[in-house]
This record gives sequence, C-alpha cells and structure tokens, in this order.
Amino acid sequence: MHVPDGFLDAPTSIATAVVAAGGVAAAIRGTRRDLDERTTPMAGLVAVFIFAAQMINFPVGAGTSGHLLGGALAAVLAGPWLATLALTVVLILQAFLFADGGITALGTNVLLMGLVGVWTGWLVFRAASHLLPRRLTSVAPAAAIGALVSVPVAAAAFAGLFAIGGQADIPVVAVLTAMVSWHLLIGIGEALITALVVGSVVAVRPDLVYGARPLLGARPLEIRQGVTP
Amino acid sequence: MGAGHGHTLHYHGHSAIHRLPAHVKIVALVLFVLAVVATPREAFWPYAAHLTALVGAVLVSRVPLSYIGTRMVVEVPFVVFALLVPFVAIGPRVAVGPFEVSAPGLVAAWALLAKGTLGVIASLLAAATTEARDLVAGFERLRLPQPLVQIMSFMLRYTEVVAGELSRMRIARDSRGFRARSIRQWPVLGHTLGALFIRSYERGERVHLAMLSRGYAGRLPSLHPRTATSGEWAVGGILPGVAVLVCAAALVIAR
Repeated sequence: MHVPDGFLDAPTSIATAVVAAGGVAAAIRGTRRDLDERTTPMAGLVAVFIFAAQMINFPVGAGTSGHLLGGALAAVLAGPWLATLALTVVLILQAFLFADGGITALGTNVLLMGLVGVWTGWLVFRAASHLLPRRLTSVAPAAAIGALVSVPVAAAAFAGLFAIGGQADIPVVAVLTAMVSWHLLIGIGEALITALVVGSVVAVRPDLVYGARPLLGARPLEIRQGVTP
Repeated sequence: MGAGHGHTLHYHGHSAIHRLPAHVKIVALVLFVLAVVATPREAFWPYAAHLTALVGAVLVSRVPLSYIGTRMVVEVPFVVFALLVPFVAIGPRVAVGPFEVSAPGLVAAWALLAKGTLGVIASLLAAATTEARDLVAGFERLRLPQPLVQIMSFMLRYTEVVAGELSRMRIARDSRGFRARSIRQWPVLGHTLGALFIRSYERGERVHLAMLSRGYAGRLPSLHPRTATSGEWAVGGILPGVAVLVCAAALVIAR
C-alpha cells in the first residue's frame, strides 16, 4: 500500500518531499555519467516491470496490504541511479493515473520506495556480492539477499515517519511490529521473484544486468579455432 | 497498432474537462488535493462541500459516476485500515454500538477516509479525462526534468509491447500443457519473466535505434503544442478555487 493523502501531517510530507526531490536530482546527475543510447529504454522497461510487480497486492493482516517494491530488482538490473528514476516515474504515474498513493504523499512514497528501497537493496547486493564467490551465478542470490533486506527496511522507515508525523494516535510499536513482520514475509516473496528474474536474464544476456558488469569486465577475450570442413 | 490508444482508465469524451490541456489539469488536481488535505478535520461540512464540488466536476465531464465508482476499489485496503484505526488507537474510549473505541482514533479515521477518498476521486477524474501521451506532454510543459519525461514516455510505450509479448508467451506455454499448480512451477514463471524482460528489451532496443537513426535526440517533436489560454486556466481553476475557499472558511470558523 502506498501512503495516501492526509496520512502524515504537512511538515512531514513537505520534509520528505524535499529529501525525495534532492535524491531524484542527485540520481539525474548520477545517470548523466553513464548515459548511453541504451539507458533510457532500459529504465523505461524496468519501470514497466516494477509497475506490474507493484500491482500484485497481498492482503496483510490488521487492515493494511503490502506489495512487492521492486527496488532491489531495479537496482541490480539498471543500476541504483537509474532505478531511483524508474521508481520515481512509476510512483508519479500511479499517483496521477491510478490514484494509488496520495499526490501530497508523493514525496514520502518516493523517499520510501525510490530511495530507501532501491539504495538498501543495492548496498546489500554489493555487500553480498563481495562475500559470495566472484561468478555470474552469484548475481541472482546476491540480488535475492538485497531484496530480502530492502523490503523490511523500507517498512521500518515508514514506521519511523509515522512516529514523527502520523495523523492517527496508534502506538508506534504496534505499527512497527505489524509493518516489519509482514514485510519480512513479503521480502521472502520478493527475494524469490528477484532471484528468478535476475537469474534468467543473467543466463542469457549478462551484459544487460548492471550488477553483473564488474564480473563481465574480468572475462578475457576468447578466440576459438573455427571448425574446418 | 490497431488497438485502443488510450490507457485503461481513460474514458473517451469531449467535455470541457476532456478538452482542457493536461498541464492545467495536473496543476488543478495538485491544488485541489492540497486544499483538501489542509482542511481542518473537526468539522463535517467542508468535506461535504468538497465532495459536492467534485461530483459537480464529474457530472460536467460526463464520465459516468459508476465508472469512477468501480475504479475506487484501489482504495479498499486503505479503507479497511481506516476502519480499524479507532480500535487500535489510544485515548479516551467512547461507546459506538456494541464496541468501545478510541475517540481521537474515530476522528483520525474519519479524516483519513474523507481526505483519502476525495483525493482518489479527483485523481480518477483527471485520469479518466486525460490520455496518457497528453499527460506526459503536460508533465513536460510543467518542467519535469527531461530524464524523467523520457523514462515516462518509454514506459507508457513499452506497456503495450510487454503486455502483448506476455500474452503470446502465455498462449505458447498453455498450449504445451503448462498449469501453475504449486510452488514447484515458480521457476517456470520466473523464466517467463526473465525471457519476457529480454524479448521486450530487444524489441524496444530495435525501436530505439530506429528512432535514433531518424534523428531522435531525446525529445519527441510535438505536432500540436498545447498552450493554455487564460480562459482554460480559469475553467481549470474553478474546482481548486472552490476548494481553497471552503478550506479557508473552515479554518476561519474553526478559530
């Protein structure tokens, strides 16, 4: 569930919007460095996939619902800067076209999913890649670990914002435990889906996976002898 | 390309609201929602006034109310949450029917429901009266950073490609006897998604290279640049204007 209008108070909404705008501006500058003819279509396609993934809502007890965030998947496929932009676009369109997530809460949603979700997923993915053996087959498990961690962290960040500016007097501990425990479960589902998608893309086109590029650079050019008839 | 060109939420029409330029509608929507969120939650009448103005706008747009109504299911998880707030919130208890609920929680739930519902109806009205490509052009006019505009237009263009590719793959899979019965079939679904990603990417890459070779430099030429006249700004300003007045009146009375 995205944060709707009127859920957090005005100062919190404005503060999160400022932070989110700063993050998006940094991401735009970050993508300019590795901009080539394939980045924009890549980000557009990643955005479609994230959009589709976020449509799948799981009813989570206590009246809320959770869904896949896709932050780690986007970061591994497109790189964290581009992933932030893709998530931002998805959230803008969801707010304006599908009324999913409030318009005044757009900054909050970008902060939670586009910045916290993506960057937690990416940093955990990098840490896990360092621990796992340097092989292409390690990319999918590392991405799964990133996804597994990023979802509850984003949920905890939401609980933190709710503690600061929530518009309902609910004990913060109750919100935190409900959000984090359910999102642990969602994180497992997200980890499975992320691993399956990343694994099958790495198997066919490893050059498309941003997170696999350092491994590809290490591969020497191999010239095979042609078969003479 | 013979398929419908609108997005699934678009309701074809020629009303005054349909004809407004997209950027006017975006600005009006944002102002309206801001006014609603700023309205004090203790009084009931301002929300009734907001709702009346909004329903009036829906009637002017000639989008059937049932069309908006059925699409409000997006709000359901949030409604369930709001209904539970009085039970889990802290504060002095009051009796409502057979239940003891928290009084501040009741006010909070009411405000969440009222503000959330008004926001959802307003967004759905804007979505129903604006075509997707006009929306992108509207964001571009409002100076949304270029990378975001480009990603957005690619995303909307890719949606059809990906959906078509997926339905072809699903037919191919089903005609080979595949049934997703248990978790053991998940790897097949995962490979479907992976293959879908690569196929869509490669199709999109071909399209993008074709665009580049025809001189695309990051910006689609607009054949009919939509500038808004002051009259159109005035029409678009009616709904947010009313909302701001209602909000201001409620703030003055609450003082």
